[in-house]
Amino acid sequence: MDQKDKASRDLAIKARDLAKPFGSYLALNGIDLDIQRGECVTIFGPNGAGKTTLIKVLATIMNPSAGTVWIDGINLKDNIEEVRRRIGIVTHQTFLYNNLTTYENLDFYCRMFGVPNRKERLLEVIETVGMTSRLHDRVGTLSRGMQQRVSFARSQLHKPPIMLLDEPETGLDQDSISMLWKMLKGSTEDRRTIVLTTHNLEQGLEFADRILIMDQGKIVYEGLRQSLDLPGLKKAYKSSTGALP
Amino acid sequence: MNFWHTVAAITWKDTISEMRTKEIVSSVLVFTLLVIVIFNFSFGATQQTMKVVAPGILWVTFAFAGVLSLNRLFVPEKEQDCLEGLMVCPVSREAIYTGKMLGSLIFMLVVEVIALPIFTLLFNLPVLSLQIVTITVLATFGFVVVGTLFSAVAINTKAREMVLPILFFPIISPVIISAVKATEISLAGGSWSSLVPWLPMIAAFDAIFFVVSFLIFSYVIEE
Repeated sequence: MDQKDKASRDLAIKARDLAKPFGSYLALNGIDLDIQRGECVTIFGPNGAGKTTLIKVLATIMNPSAGTVWIDGINLKDNIEEVRRRIGIVTHQTFLYNNLTTYENLDFYCRMFGVPNRKERLLEVIETVGMTSRLHDRVGTLSRGMQQRVSFARSQLHKPPIMLLDEPETGLDQDSISMLWKMLKGSTEDRRTIVLTTHNLEQGLEFADRILIMDQGKIVYEGLRQSLDLPGLKKAYKSSTGALP
Repeated sequence: MNFWHTVAAITWKDTISEMRTKEIVSSVLVFTLLVIVIFNFSFGATQQTMKVVAPGILWVTFAFAGVLSLNRLFVPEKEQDCLEGLMVCPVSREAIYTGKMLGSLIFMLVVEVIALPIFTLLFNLPVLSLQIVTITVLATFGFVVVGTLFSAVAINTKAREMVLPILFFPIISPVIISAVKATEISLAGGSWSSLVPWLPMIAAFDAIFFVVSFLIFSYVIEE
């Protein structure tokens, strides 16, 4: 094994020269990314900066037009199914079927991820998000906040070592946002690798070990949590993107 | 994960969802029955005339009903943003195709199981024979094999209701023609051997397009 391969294996996420165009616009423009195991990285940036595209590429939902991604040392092109097993994703879309109950949705995803002892695991996960009482209700009858909690439970079923979260708080009220951040903090205590995109500077900063700011498909700022406070982050955001945070 | 476990999970999910909403089966069934009744009154003629026009009526009805059903196949995934949820699952795209295809086959067969006796009643023709049931199962399999693929193509287009029939009918026409011819022979009292040119043609189409659709589905569904 050469040094380069070994370095890739030691990282939870490694990306080199990622590019993704949409028409003439480059949503990702030569992104390089190294994320250590157990690290929490928050990505900020204005709308259209490329945050969601980056998450979709890392989650294998979207193929980059150029560049390479390694997840847990596995090249996406070599074993994409193994990579998918190691990723849990939460976005503002819940990926839940409205006509199925909470139980049926989670059972479906357990089957898709080949989770052993399905029922046991499902009940364990649903309890952590406080939704046991709505287990047999159709997802379509749940509030947006409740659906997002079930979606968080869905992402945890297969115990992924890497969590990708793309603006998970979008469309939630304050109570639901607080609940969501609480659940995310629970995930950080498990020492999982977490990549989060958000517009909430305060929460995102509190949550992170490292901050990235993206603009026009590029990472334009990188800093460690210890070296930043909220005013400092706001200043960095404005100077690197030209936009108001 | 085992290929067939994934297929079963997807078919189960689609079937449960359809049992709750009855969106596909009820609308397709109503459409099918209406078309059969309208044709019955339009051609309300002698038994001889009926024997000539019935195969065409039957297969035109099932073909249009098939399009109606296939148009809805990926709608839950699209409308409820679940397509990306399926994409991040560590399962082969071929298993997703097979699962969706089998779900669609079940819905179509349910409609046909109800429609065929009504067709028999209204047209006073023996369409509930083993020969016609065999033709129906084979042709329906052909419909869903091609339709599932094109439904996945159409779901990402703005005018999916128009795109699907435009893609679907030119490809599926050999199956419709063969099914009409085979049904005509069967209604005329032909033996199994007289169905030989048509039944193997449908079966060959099914096999070829199943393999082709199975292999190219991942390119269609991924981005």
